[in-house]
Amino acid sequence: MSLEVNGVEHSAEVEPRQLLVYFLRENLALTGTNVGCDTTSCGACTVLMDGRSVKSCTVLTVQADGAEVQTIEGLADDGKMHPLQDAFHTEHGLQCGYCTPGMIMAALGLIQEGGDLTEKDIRLGLEGNLCRCTGYHNIVKAIQSAADEMRSPASA
Amino acid sequence: MSRASTAPVAPPVAPPKEGVPVQGGVGTSALRPDGVPKVKGEFAYSSDMWDEHMLWGATVRSPHPHACIVSIDITDALKHPGVHAVLTHEDVAGRKTFGLERPDQPVLASERVRYRGEPIALVAAAHPETARRAAEAVHIDYEVLQPVTDPEVALDAATVALHPSGNVVRHIHIAHGEPDPEADVVAEATYEVGMQDQAFLGPESGLAVPDGSGGVDLYVSTQWLHVDREQLAASLALAPEEVRITLAGVGGAFGAREDLSIQIHSCMLALTTNRPVKMMYSREESFYGHVHRHPARLNYIHGATTSGELVFVKARLVFDGGAYASSSTAVCANAATLCCGPYEVPNALIDCYAVYTNNPPCGAMRGFGAVQACFAYESQMDLLAAKLAMDPVELRLRNAASTGTVTPTGQKIEGPAPVAELLTRVRDAPLPPPGSPGTPDIRELPGGVSNATHGEAVRRGIGHAAGYKNICYSEGFDDYATARVRLSAPAGEPVVEVHTAAAEVGQGVATIQLQIARTELGVEAAVLRPADTSIGSSGSSSASRQTWMTGGAVKTACEAVRERVLSTAAEVLGAEPGELYLSNGLVMSLELGAVYSLAELLGDTVVEATREYRHAPTSPLDANGQGNAHAGFAFAAHRAVVDVDVELGLVKVVDIATAQDVGMALNPQAVEGQIEGGIAQGIGLALMEEVQVIDGVIRNPSFTDYLIPTSLDMPPVHADVLELGDPGSPYGVKGVGEPPVISSTPAVVAAVRAATGRALRRIPMRPDDVAGLTDRSPAGEAPREPR
Ligand code: FES
Ligand code: FES
Repeated sequence: MSLEVNGVEHSAEVEPRQLLVYFLRENLALTGTNVGCDTTSCGACTVLMDGRSVKSCTVLTVQADGAEVQTIEGLADDGKMHPLQDAFHTEHGLQCGYCTPGMIMAALGLIQEGGDLTEKDIRLGLEGNLCRCTGYHNIVKAIQSAADEMRSPASA
Repeated sequence: MSRASTAPVAPPVAPPKEGVPVQGGVGTSALRPDGVPKVKGEFAYSSDMWDEHMLWGATVRSPHPHACIVSIDITDALKHPGVHAVLTHEDVAGRKTFGLERPDQPVLASERVRYRGEPIALVAAAHPETARRAAEAVHIDYEVLQPVTDPEVALDAATVALHPSGNVVRHIHIAHGEPDPEADVVAEATYEVGMQDQAFLGPESGLAVPDGSGGVDLYVSTQWLHVDREQLAASLALAPEEVRITLAGVGGAFGAREDLSIQIHSCMLALTTNRPVKMMYSREESFYGHVHRHPARLNYIHGATTSGELVFVKARLVFDGGAYASSSTAVCANAATLCCGPYEVPNALIDCYAVYTNNPPCGAMRGFGAVQACFAYESQMDLLAAKLAMDPVELRLRNAASTGTVTPTGQKIEGPAPVAELLTRVRDAPLPPPGSPGTPDIRELPGGVSNATHGEAVRRGIGHAAGYKNICYSEGFDDYATARVRLSAPAGEPVVEVHTAAAEVGQGVATIQLQIARTELGVEAAVLRPADTSIGSSGSSSASRQTWMTGGAVKTACEAVRERVLSTAAEVLGAEPGELYLSNGLVMSLELGAVYSLAELLGDTVVEATREYRHAPTSPLDANGQGNAHAGFAFAAHRAVVDVDVELGLVKVVDIATAQDVGMALNPQAVEGQIEGGIAQGIGLALMEEVQVIDGVIRNPSFTDYLIPTSLDMPPVHADVLELGDPGSPYGVKGVGEPPVISSTPAVVAAVRAATGRALRRIPMRPDDVAGLTDRSPAGEAPREPR
């Protein structure tokens, strides 16, 4: 099978039962994507697959055949952090940070869906991503500020 | 968050002398040094540790909560291709047991297992799947015993002793004031708290690397490197310096990483196979692999005068410690000593027990004994207010503790104790608008998008609570932290390097250390070395103590460095050191202004100091539970506004107002983060979080069945942060992490009681309880015994 991860083409023989998250973490050493549960509950493993956010612990690697996968490592542009990364950092949207890559990827999926993004929309959109440290407020603030920046004409 | 400054008791500390404050110093919301790697996915968590040649470890655990081990047969497991080692208790080279406060827990069980999930054997294999399969091929014969799962039964002298010392881990008796005081009004009730899980997001994991000459290096997520090392060295039969531990990235802790999990096991496998060994628990294994918050049963009798003055508190508290001691003795002490709440209580008669059972071991979780007690004493204050026909906040104000209050252990509270002010502030905080009747947005209703209700039976309720917590270690423990600070100018710019063993678990102690170094030395470029055991202990990241303790150590070491730099400068200038100070990379003179650049003065020299910091000593409790057991206290109050569907038993927390005295907010943004995160965990305990243990077996070891609050469960938080300055701590700081989790829970319960009129004596409150299916007694009356 072959797939594109963060713009790089990979071909690999994988076991049919391998989960995408382990392909990313172990075959490609992309350990930014975390594993927090085994039950599709926490969202720590969220990545974008063909632009849509998925929990990579619930996708078989073979299901990603031919897909474009984007992980947290593929977000910075030539070393310049993505507005979401900047905002999580400056708005204190993280403490232990274990949920952060998944949160950022889920938020990116949400922003890319387009449309309005009120605080309530963000909270609904993030319901599948658990954070045990922050109480979510600063995460929501970070996403709002990044979404504003990404949608302002200046950054388009 | 709004910050309120009231006249400080201790002077808030300004940077040394005057001058332009350095960027990112204390009092600013400096950004986390680990923030950039964390948002880029580059931060190395313990679960990311990797070595080309590593093996994977797996643990064989007991399926029974109580059994004798008849035999262990590892032959089949060893035959699995790819298996490099299978170890049992026979392979524990040193002390066969470990434990935080007393070594009563087998590294690997030999004769008896005392809880479901207790480790018995270990496997190392080339692939994690092979290790797991081989673990299943370890054959163990058991003689299954009846588990002791009720702590009251465990306390009965006729019950089988689970440990040679009996079933009482600790009993604390407090007798304070008059033995038989009379009260006009008496309120009595029994409360129950379920078992809460810390539910950090990054499961237990780490990598042990043998050094080839008998020693081992361990990279692990933990809360206290040095106490891990002590236990490791004892069980591995190694000298402490042969066991080197480096903190790997920690995915949350909240107390669950105080006890050992993979530490000894991974090192045993690594030393046996002479290969690096990685271990990583699944979420299910994690539920078995760490201690939980103690479930408790708390019986209280409060007595008061008709005008609402507390006369006495009598309480009997029983904490289920589970199979092993862990930190039960300290949890018991906190619960007992704090169990009357932040109030003037002239007479108290308390008995607090922590007991062994065959339930999962319980130990540290944020709030540590104060949480269970606060739910009960605050519920009692509401019950008493109802009996007195008094406003519940008014009753609290009438009895509120203040500076100089003597606690039931005879300890005078020396620092600020602004209980009345905190309560008044939350009471007077603006209320959220009333729910919109008519066409409600179902997303705003209890039950949310599951569309369970259309709002017909939704009632609003408001509840208040206050709580307090001891900060740092108590009861005469030698509590200290160590820091090394190095000042140099390697590339013509001054740089300060800080080295401690303080575990950054997300709470922000890494940021705080750098902020202190910047302020104390007037140098913006500050870097932190990885936390490891090559420096002295910092103590645990627990008891809300790191900002105070490791912060204190960094500050003291910086002062020593500064003194040396200034005396050198004074010598060169022929001035008095007292006339000089450091500011923004410059040596300043009070008279002449800038006299030197720090880099110029330093040249090639490195100025370094290592210091230990201790808080003022505490003392043990005597036979009557009297003593100055605590180093300091932190206070908070909460007001919860809830909407409850009283027919379906669904609750939505609409708003939380809180006020907390943090002494001084060294990093306001981090303080806010601690407050909001703590409140989320407090709401979780009130409404949804319980490790369900039936017959000694956890029934919900997963995040599908153990629920924690999501982004939709979290209400807006209005935080009033007071900075009253503690006279006994560096900069006047108090711990921030625990108070938010303590009184938020009873505030939510009180609000649900107000909405439903039900007694609600047990947390978490389940929909059946809220809807009145389990106990119909009204809030103001003595309930029937809780289940
Ligand atoms: S690890 Fe994928 S949802 Fe938790
Ligand atoms: S920052 Fe720790 S889980 Fe979100």
